[in-house]
Amino acid sequence: MNGIHFRLNGKDTCYDGSAADRLLDVLRDTYDMKSVKCGCKEGECGACAVLIDGVLVNSCCVAMGAVDAHEIVTVEGYRETARFAALSKAFADLSAVQCGFCIPGMILAAEALLSKNAHPTEEEVRTALSGNICRCTGYNAIVNAVLNAAKEGDGLW
Amino acid sequence: MKEICQSVKKKDHDPKIEGRSVYVDDYNLTASGKKILCGRLLHSIYAKAKVLSVTVPELPEGYYWVDRNDIPGDNNVNIVLDDTPVFCRDTVEYIGEPIGMVVGPDEKAVEALLKKIEVEYEELEPMLDLRNGDTTFFDYHFGHGDVDKAFAEADKVYEEEFTTGYQDQTYLEPQGMMAEPEEDGRMFVHGSLQCPYYVHGAVARAMGTGPEGVHILQDVTGGGFGGKEDFPSILGCQVAVAAKKTGQPVRCVYNRREDLEFTPKRHPSLSKYKLAVKDGMVTAVEADVRFDAGAYSTLSAVVLQRGIIAAPGIYNIPNVRVTGKAVKTNTTPCGAYRGFGAPQTFFAIEMMMDHIAQDLGIDSIAFKQKHFAKQGDMTSTQGRYHFPVPIPAMLDEVDELCDLRRKHIEYSRPQSGRYRKGIGFSAIFHGAGFTGSGERDMIKATAKLRKYADGTVEVLASNGDIGQGVRTTFPKIVAHELNIPLDKVYYSHPDTARVPDSGPTVASRSLMIVGELLRRAAIKLRGIWEEGKEQEVEEHYKQPDFMIPFYLDRFEGDAYPTYAWAVSAVEVEVDTYTGVVEILGAYGNFDVGTPVDYNIVVGQMEGGFLQGLGYASIEKMSYDNKGRIRNNSFTDYLVPTTMDVPHMVAKMHVEEYPDGPYGAKGAGELPLVAPPPAYLEAVEMALGGMKKHRLNAIPFSTEDVILELNKEVL
Ligand code: FES
Ligand code: FES
Repeated sequence: MNGIHFRLNGKDTCYDGSAADRLLDVLRDTYDMKSVKCGCKEGECGACAVLIDGVLVNSCCVAMGAVDAHEIVTVEGYRETARFAALSKAFADLSAVQCGFCIPGMILAAEALLSKNAHPTEEEVRTALSGNICRCTGYNAIVNAVLNAAKEGDGLW
Repeated sequence: MKEICQSVKKKDHDPKIEGRSVYVDDYNLTASGKKILCGRLLHSIYAKAKVLSVTVPELPEGYYWVDRNDIPGDNNVNIVLDDTPVFCRDTVEYIGEPIGMVVGPDEKAVEALLKKIEVEYEELEPMLDLRNGDTTFFDYHFGHGDVDKAFAEADKVYEEEFTTGYQDQTYLEPQGMMAEPEEDGRMFVHGSLQCPYYVHGAVARAMGTGPEGVHILQDVTGGGFGGKEDFPSILGCQVAVAAKKTGQPVRCVYNRREDLEFTPKRHPSLSKYKLAVKDGMVTAVEADVRFDAGAYSTLSAVVLQRGIIAAPGIYNIPNVRVTGKAVKTNTTPCGAYRGFGAPQTFFAIEMMMDHIAQDLGIDSIAFKQKHFAKQGDMTSTQGRYHFPVPIPAMLDEVDELCDLRRKHIEYSRPQSGRYRKGIGFSAIFHGAGFTGSGERDMIKATAKLRKYADGTVEVLASNGDIGQGVRTTFPKIVAHELNIPLDKVYYSHPDTARVPDSGPTVASRSLMIVGELLRRAAIKLRGIWEEGKEQEVEEHYKQPDFMIPFYLDRFEGDAYPTYAWAVSAVEVEVDTYTGVVEILGAYGNFDVGTPVDYNIVVGQMEGGFLQGLGYASIEKMSYDNKGRIRNNSFTDYLVPTTMDVPHMVAKMHVEEYPDGPYGAKGAGELPLVAPPPAYLEAVEMALGGMKKHRLNAIPFSTEDVILELNKEVL
């Protein structure tokens, strides 16, 4: 069996490009997952974050070869879930989305946290989002939105 | 709280959070289905050099080299002056200056070709010294009173120098622009930008067409903070020239390293202050302010104007003399960044006032309070503070929030042990809108409303949503006046083919100036509203009657109609073993008039506040003796994360402005300006005060703390 086989947002997918290709580029260019943003391409900003087997990973630092047999989730898939709806509502209630560029990564960082820890403290939220730079908000609204989502979405995680 | 303050769901919330918003890098094809070529720039590697020759290898089919010889119009970018070239002239003036662009279908191939281009340079001696640089783009002087007499009669004269560093806007989406030749011969340019009509003027000039030959659209923009005020005009010209040459759509998106190194940032500054004190009061201020403009003048004139107008701070000082120079160096041109020159001078005057108070042996909060300007007092440019100055009340509110006054005295006493505390205080204003008579004489904003037969209303204006929320707040104002549901009013990203020029998205002006035009337009529309009919109304800017005319040649008159005000307190704990400064709490009290959407305004305050704290502490960037900026990645240029200031409080104080919509004033820039002096005062206090460690430079990082502490050992 040739190619790199993985699940992308729940679908079996086979990539037949190079194993050295960058996951970020492949997601954006081959699979049109444009929610995955490029803020630095050096693993420092979190704008390109995706979930690999539920773990938050910066896709700009992952070679395609490493995703073989793994499960990748981007906001294109995650936005169909009830958990996303709870997070989106909590973000909307606090107007936590400004320019929006960091937001898909933030949402997945929140999911990565809440799926392990459904009732985090503020400090745990801040730690979980610390790899995601947001230049617009000063973070308060985002952190509070995640805390509110955890409260109001009780039982979802 | 007024009804208009109630927060609503932002209009762009869903597309952004769902990842559906299309930023310029997200187009696979153009809207008309065409393939997009990738453009990458060749940047100068010397700070100053003659370009003797450029040798381009033979290019594969479909690949192009684009440089100044391809410019159909004029190789000068319209900014304030027009000294900035689209592509370099015979010399390069800074490291990073664009020499030309390689364009082609495949990005990797384009990058490979870029490496094969040979440039022969004759290196020249660059000017890299702000202090001694003698080429000045702008040189301003103003003042009033008898400064010399005040110095002669003073009990004591204080002199000190203050420096501030670069700050990069670090919008999370890097700069990016795209150009598409259209069937009808027009050039369509769009991308990540703040000011569609600035780009319009620049591209029309470079293309050598009249204004009708181009149109500009703002795409969804991933942050700006001033950084996308002038730069998109340059990049927009470059992609337009490339699109013209190739006859195909061309897009150029900067990578982070290029963006950090080669795009405009906040001007580093060197300010010499001299203050006279008599009977415990400051009687005169002399400020000599130098801004490092970089290699081209771009926006330095207007940045410097705002900076020096703020030189005496919020204090009522009877005798004032200010000089300001924008000095040319062979470095990346500096430009606009939230605060626009004022953070540099407010930092200096706030530290200066604090140091004088320490010398006089009195608490600096009380000392500053004795000098606060009041309503009716004269401004630095002999205008007036026409409206109440709410600073004393705002100070009391901050005092309540964090026990400021008590801690300020307590932490000023000698401390021992590994961990030591400090708390700093600062108070600033931000002049609302363009400086001087810019709104009346240059911008002359026009805004329109178009009502369609189905009763929906479209806002037509040229102010871009860059995260600050005008796609929500503009419709909110209109819906409120028309008394129709918010979902019946919308504001799309502006395209200069469709919208009038309501001015640029700068100077915290959009909501206050254009929002007011829209409010008046909505009232007009309400008056003529007819069901089922398409209708349009238009409003033009009118300067408020109370303003004292401003003369830029003398810096005289009302530089601003009104002011937004901020008070901040920053409490820190310094670990004297490691030099780490922990921010225990940061408290801001902001008066931007009526917040036309509470959450949106608080979001602006918190975001700006954190940028200000970053500017004061960790955001360090400088150039070396070759003129190269080394801090070109997020590893070397640090911006705050969730962990840096966990306890940050933004409080709103409302002093309504009668000429702004519902009492609103300018908001966006204000919160960045106050934190730096408050932060540095706090650190200085923790280190034992001015007599042990006199601090007068930002950014002040962990390394700087260690350097200071090492002085104690020596
Ligand atoms: S783009 Fe991957 S971390 Fe910044
Ligand atoms: S909303 Fe702009 S970077 Fe986070």
